[in-house]
Amino acid sequence: MNFAYYPGCSAAGSSADYEMSTRAVCRALKIGLQEIPDWNCCGSTPAHAVDTELSAALCVRNLDLAARMDAATVVTPCPSCLSNLKHAGKRMENPAFRARVNELLDNPAAEKLPETTSVMQAIASCRTAADIAANVCKPLKGLKIAAYYGCLMSRPAGLMQFGDPENPTLMESLLSACGAEMVDFPLKTECCGASFGIPERPMTAVNSGRILEVAANMGVDAVAVACPLCQMNLDLRQKQAAKAVNVFFNMPVLYYTQLMGLAFGFDPRELGLHKLCVSADPLLQKLDALRREEALAEAKAKAAEGGNA
Amino acid sequence: MRIGVFICHCGSNIGGTVDCARVAELARAFPDVAYATDLMYSCAEPGQAAIEAAIHEHKLDGVVVASCTPRMHEPTFRRTVERAGLNRYMFEMANIREHVSWIGKDKEANTNKAAELVQIAVEKLRRDKPLTAKSFDINKRVLIIGGGVAGIQAALDCADGGVPVVLVEREATIGGKMAKLDKTFPTVDCSACILGPKMVDVAQHPNITLYAYSEVEDISGYVGNFTVKIRKRPTYVDWSKCTGCGACTEKCPSKKTPDAFNEFTGPTTAINIAFPQAIPKKAVINAEHCRQLVKGKCGVCAKVCPTGAINYEMQEEIITEEVGCIVAATGYDLMDWTVYEEYGGGRYPDVITSLQYERLLSASGPTEGHILRPSDGKEPRNVVFIQCVGSRDRSIGRPYCSGFCCMYTAKQAVLTKDHIPDSQSYVFYMDVRAPGKMYDEFTRRAIEEYGTEYIRGRVSKIYPDGNGRLVVRGVDTLMGEQVEILADLVVLAVGVEASKGSPQLAEKLRISYDSYGFFMESHVKLKPVETNTAGVFLAGVCQGVKDIPASVSQGSAAAAKVLALFARDKLENDPQIAAVDVKRCVACGKCIRCCPFGAIKEVEFRGEVKAQVIETVCQGCGVCTSTCPQGAIQLAHATDNQILAEVNALCQC
Repeated sequence: MNFAYYPGCSAAGSSADYEMSTRAVCRALKIGLQEIPDWNCCGSTPAHAVDTELSAALCVRNLDLAARMDAATVVTPCPSCLSNLKHAGKRMENPAFRARVNELLDNPAAEKLPETTSVMQAIASCRTAADIAANVCKPLKGLKIAAYYGCLMSRPAGLMQFGDPENPTLMESLLSACGAEMVDFPLKTECCGASFGIPERPMTAVNSGRILEVAANMGVDAVAVACPLCQMNLDLRQKQAAKAVNVFFNMPVLYYTQLMGLAFGFDPRELGLHKLCVSADPLLQKLDALRREEALAEAKAKAAEGGNA
Repeated sequence: MRIGVFICHCGSNIGGTVDCARVAELARAFPDVAYATDLMYSCAEPGQAAIEAAIHEHKLDGVVVASCTPRMHEPTFRRTVERAGLNRYMFEMANIREHVSWIGKDKEANTNKAAELVQIAVEKLRRDKPLTAKSFDINKRVLIIGGGVAGIQAALDCADGGVPVVLVEREATIGGKMAKLDKTFPTVDCSACILGPKMVDVAQHPNITLYAYSEVEDISGYVGNFTVKIRKRPTYVDWSKCTGCGACTEKCPSKKTPDAFNEFTGPTTAINIAFPQAIPKKAVINAEHCRQLVKGKCGVCAKVCPTGAINYEMQEEIITEEVGCIVAATGYDLMDWTVYEEYGGGRYPDVITSLQYERLLSASGPTEGHILRPSDGKEPRNVVFIQCVGSRDRSIGRPYCSGFCCMYTAKQAVLTKDHIPDSQSYVFYMDVRAPGKMYDEFTRRAIEEYGTEYIRGRVSKIYPDGNGRLVVRGVDTLMGEQVEILADLVVLAVGVEASKGSPQLAEKLRISYDSYGFFMESHVKLKPVETNTAGVFLAGVCQGVKDIPASVSQGSAAAAKVLALFARDKLENDPQIAAVDVKRCVACGKCIRCCPFGAIKEVEFRGEVKAQVIETVCQGCGVCTSTCPQGAIQLAHATDNQILAEVNALCQC
């Protein structure tokens, strides 16, 4: 299965680890990601907050390049890029809007633009839980994980088509297939504070603090995320968040692809785990210890069986 | 034939966008029209008098009135022409209000269309024949479907009026939703204490036959003579022997059976009597959880029953009853609130429905009237009530208001304070709707005397804080800020929906229902109890959301309709029915098979088999006439010739 791949700007900077792990996981699952040549920034929040048509033009240029690759579907790991690409694609159905956007582009956009979906949905659409489990060589069994989607992935529900907007469960299915124990995390679609980390730091700190606090109270070993900005707020700004809610955390915040990659047996460096601010080393040690114990117990059982025979 | 045509202005309703005088002028040119005029209000007394005078003056023998829908005033005008000495069926109506003036603004086009509709009516009337109604006997017994408070009231009023009543209840006991309530607003009197005696009256009334644990399977016939098939579900207990002593429920080993009467707030036994005041107070075995019925071994209840009433072999039974009219009082259900994932989608044990809360408050409930949290059995301190969960919410297809939640929430807040004096209740609301007698005063009491915090706004999220409490986050739209409350218990005022199976029952009754499954009344303001099927009346929430006083009122109103119908000894049929032309009939039997009322039978006619319409059963629907390959069966006043004449008139315009 081949998809046109739109990495998004974060992939080239702050979320390089998301990019590394996404590519690793897709490689392992034999999902082809063909990077759109000469792609540009989707405009992110600044563009659509100022001018819908400018935002659409930035997105449509990428969709148009993908159309020229004869791609039926564009996939992107970043929920913010996903939201912008989907909104742009939808708005282009309006002929008047399309005409105004075409004026901003060097050449008019293709009549039929490809659909956009998330890498997460793309994996789920072409690989079953059994396919995923077949790639697992180091199960995450024994690790308690909270899936955190952020506010954008499932909303607006009609456009994003990501299951129940208040309670999506796709990440849980993927990580359960890797053996992880997923908790019923009630704040999975709450806002982390997003880009308010710059103009209104306390708001982001309180929002992220609340998410981390509930996760910590549920006794999870890590929070799994799908959004570069959420990851930054929960990981890089974890100290600020802790101060805002007056609790100390030491909570690893990993991309779901990093967790899948670990289960698939990739080296942590290949998955960019060294780039996390809150170290995942204790998590890795716990996982190794769990698997070692399991292996020892198995060997013992086998030896006992051999003795009997 | 001399036809009179009257064009009604209906004030400005028609006159505003139709040139009525012009329509009358055009009508004078139509064949057989001897007189045509326009009238300001033809249904008013002067209008009717003018029609009568014109009939005499111009020696008319048929009348067309072009005005509103025949649903509203066809009977009015039929009486008018009858008073002037014409046959009441020598009258036709053209609807130039709903079909013309209300839907178009172009006066010229409207005027032309109105004239066309009048011409169609004239062409039909030219082919009408005087008709005479046949009279038939009424079976003066009534079927009441549903034994909630509305059905109980209707049953008692009918029975007191001397009418034998057949009362069918789906559950094992009558009482409906009211029987599950602890107290009632605005007087905070005990629900069981005021409903209980009425339930006992039903059980003891010599005129009432009660079929509990039964459902209506099939209804045939027509007003005055319905035949009803009732399916009695197996209770596995012979009720003629059961004394309701409860020995079986004490000894039943299957103690984890879900308790529907208690809204699943606690378990019960597989053999069970719903509650102490149940009517009939008889035991019922839940077949899905009975060890004897599931695994084939146990039989404890049969051993302990002092009267030998247990019968594991019991089968369902179909009973046939003949009645003259029917009251539907099937009540409501709560919608499935677990679609609200932001409230936990049903995963948090301490988020409950208001009906579950009633069972916790009730002395006969699973906690014997103590408010205890389902999760840990502890008494809550902070109780948050959320209104409109599944009401006034277009996003889930429930745009309507459930009507009574504002009031019972105020009552539950008052009761919470009575039960736990150091508790604090919070109510998130959209608007407080308290228009009933003493209702607003009661809400004020809940706020002012009982210290309930009313917060105007919606709740966006409920989540466990990880320490055994729930965080309820909402908005206070009056203060313009977010609020977060740490709650021990959250009570959702879950919206009302039509009772399960309502559309299916409506189809059996041949009545209409709206897109939410509520039964349609004949007229939303003027005929709220009647339906469009003669002899079928409505009571209670099945017709639309209403509280206990309104349900009781409608129960009594339905009974009044029944008694008024039964005050007559004979009913007249509508003579606009089908008739078979024996010369053309080839006895193919297609009409017999397609008739939805069973109104056509085979007869011997001069040694040949022919179809024959039973005049009092035919409802004039016309299905047979369009099925007959020979054109042998014709509907009076809607014959093939009349329909073709109408089409011709329209095509020539």
